[in-house]
Amino acid sequence: MFTINTIQEIIASLRHNKLRTVLTGLSVTWGIFILIVLLGAGNGLKNGVTSNFSERASNLVQMWSGTSSLPYDGLKADRQLPFAEKQISDVKTEMKETDEQTGVIDKQQTFTYKNEYGAYSIKGVNPTYNDIFKLKFSDNGGRFINELDLKANKKVIVIDKKVEDVLFKGETSLGKYIKVGNIMFQVIGVNSKAERWGGSNGYIPFTTAQLIYNPDKKFNNMAFTVNGLQTTEANNQFNDKLKDEMAASLRFDPKDPRALWIWNAQRDYIETIKIFGGITLFVSIIGIFTLIAGIVGVSNIMLVSVKERTREIGIRKAIGAPPASILRSIVIESIMITTVFGYIGMMLGIGLTEMINYFMVQSAAHSASETGMTVFKNPTVELSIVLISTSILIIAGVIAGYMPARRAVRIKPIEAMREE
Amino acid sequence: MITLKNINKTYDMGQASLHVLKGIDLHIDKGEYISIMGASGSGKSTLLNILGILDNYDTGDYYLNDILIKNLSEKQAAVYRNEMIGFVFQSFNLINFKNALENVALPLYYKNVSRKKRNIIAMEYLDQMGIKDWAYHLPNEMSGGQKQRVAIARAIISKPKVLLADEPTGALDSVTTVEMMKVLTELNSNGLTTIIVTHEKSVADETRSIIHLKDGLIESFEKK
Repeated sequence: MFTINTIQEIIASLRHNKLRTVLTGLSVTWGIFILIVLLGAGNGLKNGVTSNFSERASNLVQMWSGTSSLPYDGLKADRQLPFAEKQISDVKTEMKETDEQTGVIDKQQTFTYKNEYGAYSIKGVNPTYNDIFKLKFSDNGGRFINELDLKANKKVIVIDKKVEDVLFKGETSLGKYIKVGNIMFQVIGVNSKAERWGGSNGYIPFTTAQLIYNPDKKFNNMAFTVNGLQTTEANNQFNDKLKDEMAASLRFDPKDPRALWIWNAQRDYIETIKIFGGITLFVSIIGIFTLIAGIVGVSNIMLVSVKERTREIGIRKAIGAPPASILRSIVIESIMITTVFGYIGMMLGIGLTEMINYFMVQSAAHSASETGMTVFKNPTVELSIVLISTSILIIAGVIAGYMPARRAVRIKPIEAMREE
Repeated sequence: MITLKNINKTYDMGQASLHVLKGIDLHIDKGEYISIMGASGSGKSTLLNILGILDNYDTGDYYLNDILIKNLSEKQAAVYRNEMIGFVFQSFNLINFKNALENVALPLYYKNVSRKKRNIIAMEYLDQMGIKDWAYHLPNEMSGGQKQRVAIARAIISKPKVLLADEPTGALDSVTTVEMMKVLTELNSNGLTTIIVTHEKSVADETRSIIHLKDGLIESFEKK
C-alpha cells in the first residue's frame, strides 16, 4: 500500500498543487492552533482562580472572639469574651469534625537585630498552624515550630521572609538571635510564602507566648481544619453547632451576633467549587465548539479540494486507474496534509501558551514577595487533550476527504471528465 | 478483436428516456483502421465510449480480445482499460498540473512501473511523437497539436490492443489535422487496431473502413 511509488506520486501531486495544499493545510493549522489557545485561556482562568485557594488549607475554619451585645443568664452585655485553653479543648472534644486545632496569640512587638528594627505581629501558635496555613520553607529555610519547642517553652521564632530581608539585610538569619520586645529568640525558620493579608509575622510556640506575652492566658483567635463537610448545608450546621458550643463554653446568648466571629473557608470553598464547575463547563463548551468549528472548516476545504479534482479523477480512471488506488491516494494526501499542518498548529499553540506561561512565571518570580491575587495562571493545555483533539481534527479531515472522493470515484469516467 | 452483438444503450433523462444505440452488431479484426461517422446524436461517441469501457451498455454482448466485457467491477474495468485500450479525446484530457512527461508516464504508474523507468519509457514515446523538447512543459504551455501528441503518447504507452479516438482532430486546425492523421495512420501501419470517431470527411478518408451510424443503427460498413 505505502510503496515508494505511491508516495512519490502523492508528493508530486501535492507539490504541483502548492496553493491548494497550503490553503488546506492552513485551515488545519489554524483550527488546531485556535483550539489550543482557547483551551489554554480557559485553563489559565481556572488555574488562576484555583491557585488563590491552594495556598492554605481549603477546609480551614477560624474564629475570633467578640464582645457580647446581649445580656445572658444574669450576665450583662458588653462583656469581652476572649478564648482560653478551655475553648481549645472544648472544640477538640465537642466538635468531632475538627482537626489540627490551634489557638493563635497575636501581639504587636518590635523586632530588633543589631541596629535594625521593625514592628511586626508575633503569633503564638501550635505546630498544626503550619498544616493549616501551609507556610513555605525553602531548602535552607529551616523548619516550623515542633512539639518539642512547645513542650519546652523554647524561645525560638520562625520569621517571614520580609522580616528577614529588613532585619538581616541579606545575611542569613538561621540560628541567630533577634530581640522581640525585650526577649531574645533564636530564628529556626524562614517562611518564604508571600503574605496575602496583613503584614509580616514572627511565629513562636504557643506555650512560650502564653508565658511571656499572655499572663492572663487569654487570646482572641483560634484556627482548625474540618473534615467530612461536603455541602454548604453541612457547613452551615457545623457553624451553628460551633456557635452553640462556644456560647455554652463562654456563656453568651447563642443568638448574640457580636459575641463570636466565625469564618469558614470550607463553605466559601464549596461555593467557589461551584464557580469552578461553571468555568470548567464554560471552557469545555468553548473547546467543543472550537473543535466543531475546526472540523467544519477542515471538512469544507477537503470537500472543495476533492470536488475540484473530479475531472482529474475521471482522467485517471480513463487511463486505467483502479478506484481503490485513487481513493487511497486522496486519503493518504489528506492524512499527510492534516498531520503535517496539524502538527505545526499544535506546536504553535503549545509554543504560544508555554511562552505566555514562561513570562508569567518570570514576572511572578520578580514579584514573589508582593501581595496579590491572580486570576490567570499557567494557561497551558494537557498534552493528552492536545493530542486527542488534534487526532479528532485529522480523522475528521480524512473522513471529509474520503466521502466526496468515494463519490467522485464512483462516477463514470466519461461524466467525471466533463466536469470543469 | 472486437465483436458486438445486439448492443443497446438507453439514457434515462428523468421522465423521457433516450434510446441511443438500438442493436449494434459489429465485428472488427485486429489491425483494422476504421472511422465512425454520423450526425450529432447518432450514437457514435456513445459507441466509442462503450468500446473503451468508459460507459456501460444495457443489453447485448461485447467481446474485446475474446473477453466478455459485461457487468465488470470498477476494478476489473480499470485493469482492462489499462491493459487493452488507449483513448484519445477531443479535449485532450491531460492532467494540467503534470508536465508532458508525467502525463505520458501516468498509465505506467498504474502498472506499478517505477518512476525512473516509466519516465525513461515516456521520454521514448514523446520522442516518437516528435515532442521530446516539450517533455517538461505543462499542457497549458503547448499548442493543440502538441497536446494531442502528448495524449496519443499516453494512450499507446501501455501497448494497448486497440486505440480509440473521439474526434481527435476536433479542436485542431486543418494543417495540424493532417499531421495528426499521419501519426495515427503510422501507428495503425505498425499493427495497432485504430477506431476514430469523426464528422470530418477528410479524416474518415484516411482510414480503411468507414462505419456510418444513423439513429443508433449501423447504416453502412464501407470497406475500401
